[in-house]
Amino acid sequence: MRVARFMHTCWRAALLPVGLILAAQVAATATQLESDTLASPADIARALAAILTDGSLARATLDTLKAAAAGCALGVGLGSFIGILLGLFRIADDLLDLTIELLRPVPVVALIPVTMMLLGFGAQMEIVIITIGMLWPSVVLARAAVKEVEPRLMEVSRVMQLGFAARLVKIVLPAILPQLFMSLKLAAGYALVVAVTVEITANPQGLGYGIMMAQQALRPAEMFAYLLWIGAVGWLLSLLLNATQRRLFPAHGRGEPR
Amino acid sequence: MSVSRLSPSVSRPHEEQASPAVQSRIGIRDVTLSYGALQIIGGISLDIAPGETVSIIGPSGCGKTTLLRMLAGLARPTTGEIVLDGQPVSGPSRSVAIVFQDYGKALLPWRTAAGNVSLALEARGCPARERPEIIRDLLAKIGLSRHADKYPSEMSGGMQQRLQIARCLAQEPKVLLMDEPFGALDAMTRQALQDEVLALTAATGATMVFVTHDLEEAIYLGDRIVCLQPNPGRIGRIVDVRLPKPRDQLLTREDPEFLRLRRDLYDLIKDDHQ
Repeated sequence: MRVARFMHTCWRAALLPVGLILAAQVAATATQLESDTLASPADIARALAAILTDGSLARATLDTLKAAAAGCALGVGLGSFIGILLGLFRIADDLLDLTIELLRPVPVVALIPVTMMLLGFGAQMEIVIITIGMLWPSVVLARAAVKEVEPRLMEVSRVMQLGFAARLVKIVLPAILPQLFMSLKLAAGYALVVAVTVEITANPQGLGYGIMMAQQALRPAEMFAYLLWIGAVGWLLSLLLNATQRRLFPAHGRGEPR
Repeated sequence: MSVSRLSPSVSRPHEEQASPAVQSRIGIRDVTLSYGALQIIGGISLDIAPGETVSIIGPSGCGKTTLLRMLAGLARPTTGEIVLDGQPVSGPSRSVAIVFQDYGKALLPWRTAAGNVSLALEARGCPARERPEIIRDLLAKIGLSRHADKYPSEMSGGMQQRLQIARCLAQEPKVLLMDEPFGALDAMTRQALQDEVLALTAATGATMVFVTHDLEEAIYLGDRIVCLQPNPGRIGRIVDVRLPKPRDQLLTREDPEFLRLRRDLYDLIKDDHQ
């Protein structure tokens, strides 16, 4: 049913992008576009086909996704762990709150020079920056989620004298699982942004580097091909995560896969 | 701190309980509770015998729930102490189970009925292979056999409260504390659950403390009724219920003694409100 409705609304959603592409093509043909900064949709499609077939796009995509996934997993994992501890233990929260609030507003891309000095170029540096970028939002979201766990459930666990580990595994984690997944979903999109940024500015690999190289080689068609591809990758990623979320947490408020 | 003891320490009126200190299951000894300058409970003493059911009634704000939370070990008295089988209560204990009024919040929404009961078994270290049978028995006892695989969100309020009771029974408690457990349920469900709870306590010999704002429910279930008065919460009166057991929804409620008690308690509560 969802597919049928999707197909039904599809043409309306596609109207604007398809229209814009056609208009761009008409304009490019009419003006006989020859430019170092712009390219016609047909040229972009040809450039996309070229980097698709020579394998460079696949390699770059894989590099970017690997770094984003690693940084995302590390950042969200570590951040959620810290956030859960802060949510559970008032003392930990009191000790770390100020430090976190001071570190959080530092734009993660500002860490690029520092990490580059420490780690040099390469995937490692990129992953570290993405990890740090994902860390603080995950801490804050997990901490808030733990603090919102129904107090009655915490009382139930006290009355039953559940130990710390049992309380964590049987009450807290299942209760915050939907929020943790939400945190992962938000981080995934953000991780892609940070990954491409790091690649454009510092790390010679991946999609960001590809777009950078195309621009410097004055190949606008290839540059736009990369741009379109990055958009498509981000779009597919969010589609995938949304579908996973619907599957795992069909009814809001139910914390465990059924 | 000055503690106003408006109510005298009330000893058991029953003759057979001559030495309550030895025989009581729960002993509440000069208990007060204050939050800062605000005194919530102002000196309560009460002994509850093993197997006895005590109903606690009183106007809102008289500390009924607070008293129950102290019995559960979820709150600590400011002065005085609560003893369970002669041992001072310093925190929650598995031998004291509490049924909360808000069943919807007390159940784990991500676990089925069977899973919720299982939580109590897991907590007391019951081996995994023994759990299914115990869960089956408990759910049967409380009339949820056909709903073992349902999630709380798929159950009615009455079923959810039944489930919470079953989970409490899985703790094998000596004391069952009930905090207005049927307040949110419809009349028919409430009566059915009253009878089930009476049958369960009779079968297990558990001691029950039942907080309610429903006078008839207090009489129907109780061996004794403790009437609390507010500001600060203290015992106004203790009434013995001398109605035959087992109780019956029609016969008991038509008993002249029942009607007399209801009138007495009604006047008492009404006076407190004025």
